[in-house]
Amino acid sequence: MNVELDKVKSFVDKHACDPSALIAILQDIQAEYNYLPRRALLVLSQMIKTSMVDIIGVATFYSAFSLEPRGEHTATVCMGTACHVRGGPKILEEFERNLGIESGHTTEDKQFSLETVACLGCCAIGPVVVVDGDYHAQVSIRKVEPILRKYQTKEKKDDAPN
Amino acid sequence: MHQIKSPQELREAAAEQKRQREAQQKAVLTVSAGTCGQARGSLDVIESLRKIVKEQSLEDRVEVKLTGCHGFCEAEPNIIIQPQNIFYQHVKPNDAAQIIEDTILNNQIIEKLLYKEPTSGKEAIKEEDISFYTKQNRLVLGDNALIEPTQLNEYFSIGGYLALAQVLEDMEPEEVITSILDAGLRGRGGAGFPTGRKWKLTRTVEADKKYIICNADEGDPGAYMDRSLMEGNPHRVLEGMIIGGYAIGADEGFVYIRDEYPLALKHITRAIEQAEEAGVLGENILGSSFSFKVNIVKGAGAFVCGEETALMRSIEGKVGEPRQRPPFPAVSGLWKRPTNINNVETWANVPLIILRGAQWYSEIGTEGSKGTKIFSLVGKINNTGLVEVPMGITLREIIYDIGGGIPGGKQFKAVQTGGPSGGCLPAEKLDLPIDYESLTQAGSIMGSGGMIVMDEDTCMVDVSKYFLNFLRDESCGKCLSCREGTQRMWEVVSDICDGNGKESDIQLLEELAVAVKDASMCGLGQTAANPVLSTLRYFREEYDAPIKDQRCPAGVCKALISYSIVAENCTGCMACLKACPEGAITGVLKEVHVLNQEKCIKCGACFEVCKFDAIKIE
Repeated sequence: MNVELDKVKSFVDKHACDPSALIAILQDIQAEYNYLPRRALLVLSQMIKTSMVDIIGVATFYSAFSLEPRGEHTATVCMGTACHVRGGPKILEEFERNLGIESGHTTEDKQFSLETVACLGCCAIGPVVVVDGDYHAQVSIRKVEPILRKYQTKEKKDDAPN
Repeated sequence: MHQIKSPQELREAAAEQKRQREAQQKAVLTVSAGTCGQARGSLDVIESLRKIVKEQSLEDRVEVKLTGCHGFCEAEPNIIIQPQNIFYQHVKPNDAAQIIEDTILNNQIIEKLLYKEPTSGKEAIKEEDISFYTKQNRLVLGDNALIEPTQLNEYFSIGGYLALAQVLEDMEPEEVITSILDAGLRGRGGAGFPTGRKWKLTRTVEADKKYIICNADEGDPGAYMDRSLMEGNPHRVLEGMIIGGYAIGADEGFVYIRDEYPLALKHITRAIEQAEEAGVLGENILGSSFSFKVNIVKGAGAFVCGEETALMRSIEGKVGEPRQRPPFPAVSGLWKRPTNINNVETWANVPLIILRGAQWYSEIGTEGSKGTKIFSLVGKINNTGLVEVPMGITLREIIYDIGGGIPGGKQFKAVQTGGPSGGCLPAEKLDLPIDYESLTQAGSIMGSGGMIVMDEDTCMVDVSKYFLNFLRDESCGKCLSCREGTQRMWEVVSDICDGNGKESDIQLLEELAVAVKDASMCGLGQTAANPVLSTLRYFREEYDAPIKDQRCPAGVCKALISYSIVAENCTGCMACLKACPEGAITGVLKEVHVLNQEKCIKCGACFEVCKFDAIKIE
């Protein structure tokens, strides 16, 4: 991933090089690159005068951050209690089986990352899965493949030559 | 909007908005569009309605309003039509034309969109006829259905910021605190500490700077009332914070909000901008000498940050580990300054207490728990949604009268309250009047108000394993007892679920539970054993079955169950055969299928697709 230093610097500058804004800056970097590239963290470390140890400590403590590049699409399966009693674990297994990866990982072709979340607070429509910000309600085992296909086809369409 | 310069000017502005609201003659179609409403397509419904209104040039007669969540999540997307208060559920975009034509123009009810009571099948036309609403007292949540959350004028039109005007004009900070104390308001986020006492403590500490925090890091799985309030009525939360800032002498506040709540984040951000523009937030609020600013900090996915000391470290940009108390945040909190932290629902109660008085508020609820509480009623329940009820109501009233009972004619087994720190209560506790003390005595807690209903198909050992898995994952690791204790308890319970449990495991679990509770520093560890202890207390037989007989009576624990085909029910429709990812089911059309146990991975796909009850789990 090509990390543009100016961009990283602009995120840090936005928070006036304030070390207490570390989490907010990491969120900005992750929003830009979909993960935290090491080069970006090195620049950040120098600018806010915080050691890499502390930065990595924060980045690994919070589950929202990833030090590895993530896939083009992120599928997040809700593991809340209400989703759990309505069969959430089976949905997660189906995603794992379909993508051939365990949650927390990315497919080899970098198409999909599979994540879980503790609760999305949409318990009425559980089991819930969010793909790239779109909410999918009352997901059943059968719906998993069509959901994934929807994003795969979209990708292919986008790539098609005009 | 221009800057409002005095409490009097604000009163006039609010009165004018109220007058306009009451004077308007249009039919108002209010569409519930919180996160779950949107996930179910409410934005498409709104678009269709608006399109038809425009096409037919009905702008003078009809207004389509986009509001936050109305609480009745089961019926999403739903519409309330004013002034008649007609309630339509599961509305689809292609219902829009008929709604305008039949109901708005010809005053006719559309039967297929009416809510039907799950038990009696009776149709309800108006919101107040629906049993889900009749026993509720929606003092805090009710306004969600009245206003567009992104419009400050809408909030003004229902008396918004009038409590702030009253406080700045007529009340000393101490009087505000006395009012909150007398009202008997207790924290709605978990522990239930008296809010007024916390405020008083923070006020009395001398410091050059003090802070207010709104804890919107709603982490308990199964609880989402704070999201709903932030999405549907953000100004009310903000007004509570500003009043709190005035009362304790703070000039700066933080909203610490979960990153998983994008819509709530958007709405509170906009509310802050609008409030600053209008002069109810910022320098010299309403022309007074009181100044207050509010910042937003986004969480990054750590449950433990809901704990106040961990949350403050997270705002400081550090790893969110809790620290020892005392000193309490009231003495030394954010950047070592006195800090008052309350959760979203608590803040949202504050304007209400100021406007209607402590006396009035304290008459609602029980001796020790005043006011109303919002619960998220979810899981195996007919009417899923957010319910706001007076303290002291029984579990039975919530689950059966409001919630409409258990779907599919199944038996109630348990209700889990209080999130990962809470416990599971059995049927014999259904008549328990709910307040902070009674829930604690029963082995659970109020927590933030999650209420997950479980039926006969829920395995209580699996539920216990679920919470332990959650806690071992979310334990920050600072205290060994919590870090290793939750891990070890999870291993023991997992062994039981896998059929490898021993009879001595129960005693081991009980010993571990005591160690984790006694030796951990923060609330997460101290209460981590509650899900295990409460299920052991009330559902001991569910632990015995897998340990003694290698059985999972609820048919959940994979290692102890098998799927098979019931020959007399199988129609040979081939649905399961096609659904099976492993090719474990064979057969031909219209002949009984066969399931090969050796190939079966117990994914449940066949069970899900079978319409003839021909797949058995045992």
